[in-house]
Amino acid sequence: MVIGTLFITSRHVFAQNGLLEGAQVHGNFEIYAQQYNEDSLIGAPNVPEKSGMNAFGNIIVTKGKFTTGARIEAYTPPVQGFDPNFGLQPIGVPYRFVQYTGDQIDITMGSFYEQFGNGMILRSYEERALGLDNAFDGVRIRMNPYKGIYVKGIIGNQRFYWQKSTGYVRGFDGEIALNELLEAWAESKLRLTFGGSFVSKYEEAGLRSLVYPENVASWAARGQLNYGGFAFLAEYIYKFNDPNADNRYIYRPGQGLLLSATYSQKGFGINLTAKTIDNMHFRSNRDGQLNDLFINYLPPLSRQHTYNLATTLYPYATQPFGEIGIQGDIIYKIKRGTLLGGKYGTTIQGNVSLINNLDTQNISTHAQLESDEFIDADPGRQGYEANIFTPGDEVYYQDFNIEIDRKFSKKFKLKTTYVYMVSNIDVTLGTAIGTNVYAHIGVLDGLYKVSRKHSIRTELQHMWTEQDQGNWAFAMVEYGYSPHWFVTILNQYNYGNPSAILRLNYPTAQVAYVNNATRVSLAYGRQRAGIFCVGGVCRPVPAANGATISITSSF
Amino acid sequence: MKINALIFPAIFFAFFELSAQDGGRKIPDVTVKNLDNSSFQTGEIENDGKPIIINFWATWCSPCKRELNTIAEEYQDWVDETGVKLVAISIDDARNMHKVKPYIDGQGWEYEVYIDPNADFKRAMNVNNVPHTFLVDGEGNIVWQHNSYAPGDEMELYDLVEKLAAGESIN
Repeated sequence: MVIGTLFITSRHVFAQNGLLEGAQVHGNFEIYAQQYNEDSLIGAPNVPEKSGMNAFGNIIVTKGKFTTGARIEAYTPPVQGFDPNFGLQPIGVPYRFVQYTGDQIDITMGSFYEQFGNGMILRSYEERALGLDNAFDGVRIRMNPYKGIYVKGIIGNQRFYWQKSTGYVRGFDGEIALNELLEAWAESKLRLTFGGSFVSKYEEAGLRSLVYPENVASWAARGQLNYGGFAFLAEYIYKFNDPNADNRYIYRPGQGLLLSATYSQKGFGINLTAKTIDNMHFRSNRDGQLNDLFINYLPPLSRQHTYNLATTLYPYATQPFGEIGIQGDIIYKIKRGTLLGGKYGTTIQGNVSLINNLDTQNISTHAQLESDEFIDADPGRQGYEANIFTPGDEVYYQDFNIEIDRKFSKKFKLKTTYVYMVSNIDVTLGTAIGTNVYAHIGVLDGLYKVSRKHSIRTELQHMWTEQDQGNWAFAMVEYGYSPHWFVTILNQYNYGNPSAILRLNYPTAQVAYVNNATRVSLAYGRQRAGIFCVGGVCRPVPAANGATISITSSF
Repeated sequence: MKINALIFPAIFFAFFELSAQDGGRKIPDVTVKNLDNSSFQTGEIENDGKPIIINFWATWCSPCKRELNTIAEEYQDWVDETGVKLVAISIDDARNMHKVKPYIDGQGWEYEVYIDPNADFKRAMNVNNVPHTFLVDGEGNIVWQHNSYAPGDEMELYDLVEKLAAGESIN
């Protein structure tokens, strides 16, 4: 009755009197539900409620320069592996905003996502598959006061599941695009952009034995230069003393540097990147854990793999305590019609990344720091000494990989991948195996186009390693019937596990139906415990046995 | 909270009703990056009254690359026959955005490419997952969209582009 009245009233208010006549109303839905069976062999627990669901509904209304939007989220209860904090409220509206976009000014109030530069000093974003959403709730103003000059200011606290961070974040970012600012440079081949950011967080010190700074400031400077096929960029970040749980409440400042150089022309591209990071955990809550309440985002310097065995067993995420690394990425397309290129051409991609710890000398021991003890040798509670340009001798991650993609005929394509990785999983995954994992991975990915609408794709993957869980084999067959259907069957087999009882199969079958912007999929089988990462931020996925339903739709 | 629970669905349904009646949906105006890292407003995407394909992809997304590499083989014919333009929106973030230009040059793509490093345009277009393809008619209205890619989808897409180029309705 009440809903009915409101419904009619809202129709009257919003539709009949023309307030939103001509408005554009759009949104999307995403529903992800799992049903659980107990499977003690793979470690899938007995889930008392037998099922979990994460669901999202977005709506955005735009009329002229005015935009408003909201997102409803439901966790009934959260899918296994997502933070139980989501379950504190089964359904609600954690995200809503109003925005006015004028010619020179853009104002948002409410929830918003923002990134300064490369995001290393400030980035709020949403990654639903990770259960990550550190949206700001506050005010953002963006201005373009003069051509080529862009300024942004934000203030707010951050989303913490169904709550907000107690700490406030204030940020300011400015950027100058010289080719827009200077008319004489408008058509120049040389393109230059400079930017700088200032970010500060405020959080009450509370009653602790240590005296915490309530305001923590940080800044960043960046520049990018392009000349023809060349591009060069740099960003430096610095954070003043920020004792926090990650760094054992030391007062040492944090810093980081990202450098990237690129050259490309038709058929060839190369990118070299270097990065160093020291003590750059930056959260709006000094006691934050896991992926909670990060103000910044530190992109990892390694290839983002796509094949199952290469992505979910030994992935790499940036170690904000301290790391230094380099990466090289190259792509070359051998021309079609040549001996090596074949009739349709062949693409070769190679990638190398080498990441080590920073050379670090402890001043205080961890035990001394954890007891909140000030020692004479470390009166400023700096914790350690390190030079951000000196690598230590501990390998965190190394990856060498090559991928050859060739079309053999109108009907058949084959992609061959080889990966060699060295992963210090005691550091990256928090295990205690006492050795690095050395793994070789080979993948054959074949696509056979039966006819205009029918195709069959197969993936054969194998991992050879003597450490941790030993060898893995993976096989998948996917049948595609364009534009509506996919049927996939896959199995992973840990036949090389040192423990005979853990030499298990993980079979899964999936059917997906796609109609325009709606996709519905149903899967049934065993899900291996692993690490799921997006953009180098990872979430452990627990072992599961059961059905998964996923529905996405945009309107 | 109680009030929220009642008002929200009511407003939602009113909007839903509106959405059924709204005339063409336009491309929202959001700031993305050019390949040289300068800013670009998506409201300025246009193609002289000819159809536009907007495709969301990422360097880490295999089906996306499969789709765009397949279209790349035919793209020159598509442009010659219909005047269509493909705008590829990379949602790669700071981890991979510097590899976008080498990748597209390496593959020899002739598309117009922008980078959406914090997913602002993706959100404004209500994209859940990549690949996600939109078709825009000569008047700038979004008239069709499709999520995911199966080999062969590009032919259905091109059939629709041909219809649009000939001035026919595709709905």
